[in-house]
Amino acid sequence: MQIEDLNAIAEKHIGSRKKIIVRTCMSAGCMSSRADAIKKNLETAVKEQGLDAEVEVRRVGCMGFCGQGPLVGIDGVKEKEILFEHIKPEDANAIIASLKGVESNLEIGDPDHPFFAKQTKIVRANGGIIDPEKIEDYIAIGGYEALHNALTEMQPAQVVEEVTKSGLRGRGGAGFPTGLKWGTVAKSPGAKKYIICNGDEGDPGAFMDRSVLESDPHLVLEGMAIAAYAVGADQGFLYVRAEYPLAISRLQIAIKQAKALGLLGAGIFETPFNFNVDIRIGAGAFVCGEETALMMSVEGKRGTPRPRPPFPAESGLFGCPTLINNVESFANITAIIKKGGDWYASIGTEKSKGTKVFALTGKINNTGLIEVPMGIPLRQIVEEMGGGAPDGRKIKSVQTGGPSGGCIPAEFLDTPVDFESLAKLGSIMGSGGMVVMDDTTNMVEIAKFYMEFCKDESCGKCIPCRAGTAQMENLLNKIIARQATQRDLAKLEELCDMVKNTSLCGLGQTAPNPVLSTLKYFRNEYEELLQPDKFGPAATATK
Amino acid sequence: MSEILATNRPLPAKPASGHASGDKRFKILEVHIKKLQFKQDALIEVLHKAQELFGYLEDDVLLFVSHHLKLPPSRVYGVATFYHFFTLKPQGEHTCVVCMGTACYVKGADKVVAAIEKFAKIKSGETTANNKLSLLTARCIGACGIAPAVTYDGQVAAKQSPEDALAKVKSWMEA
Repeated sequence: MQIEDLNAIAEKHIGSRKKIIVRTCMSAGCMSSRADAIKKNLETAVKEQGLDAEVEVRRVGCMGFCGQGPLVGIDGVKEKEILFEHIKPEDANAIIASLKGVESNLEIGDPDHPFFAKQTKIVRANGGIIDPEKIEDYIAIGGYEALHNALTEMQPAQVVEEVTKSGLRGRGGAGFPTGLKWGTVAKSPGAKKYIICNGDEGDPGAFMDRSVLESDPHLVLEGMAIAAYAVGADQGFLYVRAEYPLAISRLQIAIKQAKALGLLGAGIFETPFNFNVDIRIGAGAFVCGEETALMMSVEGKRGTPRPRPPFPAESGLFGCPTLINNVESFANITAIIKKGGDWYASIGTEKSKGTKVFALTGKINNTGLIEVPMGIPLRQIVEEMGGGAPDGRKIKSVQTGGPSGGCIPAEFLDTPVDFESLAKLGSIMGSGGMVVMDDTTNMVEIAKFYMEFCKDESCGKCIPCRAGTAQMENLLNKIIARQATQRDLAKLEELCDMVKNTSLCGLGQTAPNPVLSTLKYFRNEYEELLQPDKFGPAATATK
Repeated sequence: MSEILATNRPLPAKPASGHASGDKRFKILEVHIKKLQFKQDALIEVLHKAQELFGYLEDDVLLFVSHHLKLPPSRVYGVATFYHFFTLKPQGEHTCVVCMGTACYVKGADKVVAAIEKFAKIKSGETTANNKLSLLTARCIGACGIAPAVTYDGQVAAKQSPEDALAKVKSWMEA
């Protein structure tokens, strides 16, 4: 494979395209509403109505607007795409007939809706456009060109420098500078190095990585290959949750296709660079999102974390230097190599560069995936793009960062969304889950929900996390049952502090965050549930 | 250390191929293990395949895996019990998995679980006495845009109310 071959594939594929493209969203959300039947019916309808020559029905990945799904988009008829929403399989004939100008009463979405208009797409640029199961589709939009450029025109150190210049920070939650991490792995001595892509998206309420893997698997593979070249690795592992079967099958197809074309394997683009990727399937353990636990799991062991240092960059998988990045981090790489680090750094804020994909869910009118530049005010996301809370309710808070994050109350909606601002409010950026809660939500119940989650998911290796989360859950249950007093609340706060400061890994260290942030902003909801203390100062005063 | 112990220890005599019971599924599992080159770090992949074949991981299957990968049974058992995805108990004829991710939770997934628990008289994680239904909860299936989501026998269903879920479960129980 050389660049000429790549271009030939792209040209041939573009040449074979038809005038009108009917894109059917075949991502997990829409699939649950029988998107496969929709696609089949659309194909039959095209044949029956004799439009074979000009209409192509294409399977695509997530279009983003999951709450309005199943979605069907049509290109090539009007200047802008036509977007059909809430489609049922029996609507297929009407959709195809509409191409010939027949009026239908199907629900048509507005492509200029703020939900779409306010997005800046880098990671999700191809989501909903290309067929994730066809490598030709990816090559036709310039796929694997960045890998070619990196391999033939750049030294590994230059690649690292470009990523450093971009200011990209890890999208898994902690926001560690990606360039710095790559540089450390590149400098670590060792003949064997590994790349791991962390697709163990465990935060409940987050599905960005699933959508990227399902919609654009080659983008992640290409990002991993560039990373491998930069740090000197020849083997990659893609760790994906078992809960995402569609993502796994599309990745398997993608790897097979890339290998067949020589874009993975030995001597890529006729250079001495070799790179192989294997998929590792998770088995349902939240703690495996933590990097040292994830490596244990890749090695086929119980996913328990270990103390750092040594950091994975020095001694990771099988004791070798290992680079671990999140799916979304890898998905940013091709754009950075193609357009340059400076271009990437021009998007976002001073300390948080680029864009971030969020999964906007919960009590909000427009649910789905959005990719926005860093620093966008939270209010724009929930009110303009999300359309506010349904049924005329008021938004009470926005939860970010899952069980490691916190609840941001409505009065702080003008906060810009970046790593530092969210941390200042006692929450975190996290992997990108954004769950909106309205005024009917009980915040103590939410805190308990997360604590129960952390208790179940604690691996049991260190005691503060194992015992602390259980005790905190007991105290929260006691408060909810209206059996607790001020003393219990004080005990809860004390435990939060202890678990936060003494746990081994991120799971325990952040487990108290939902409690701490709800206590900070919604303390009255806790206090309303408390009982007078029989032995406390209040009781003695009345005697 | 454990690996060294395991490889040096004489292994119990294992049948030349397949399993003493003659169950063909063991043969399929063995081929799969061979395809993974008997790599010990492929343990989780092997257990996934075993659960796919047998529906759950009984002791015999765990021992079979342990022999073939030359891993101590304690290690195999440890991994099988650590991860939520693996189950050591047989499942009912039908499984209903209610997603309890945050988005589903704030939209009432807890009420769906409560309704099924009340109707089937089982708790989440249990199977009914007539072996028709297993009720499970999932951490997050990543279908937050269509919350609350429920997976019926592997098929994800969108925006489920307690009534929707009960109707589906009732149809299974009465079948």
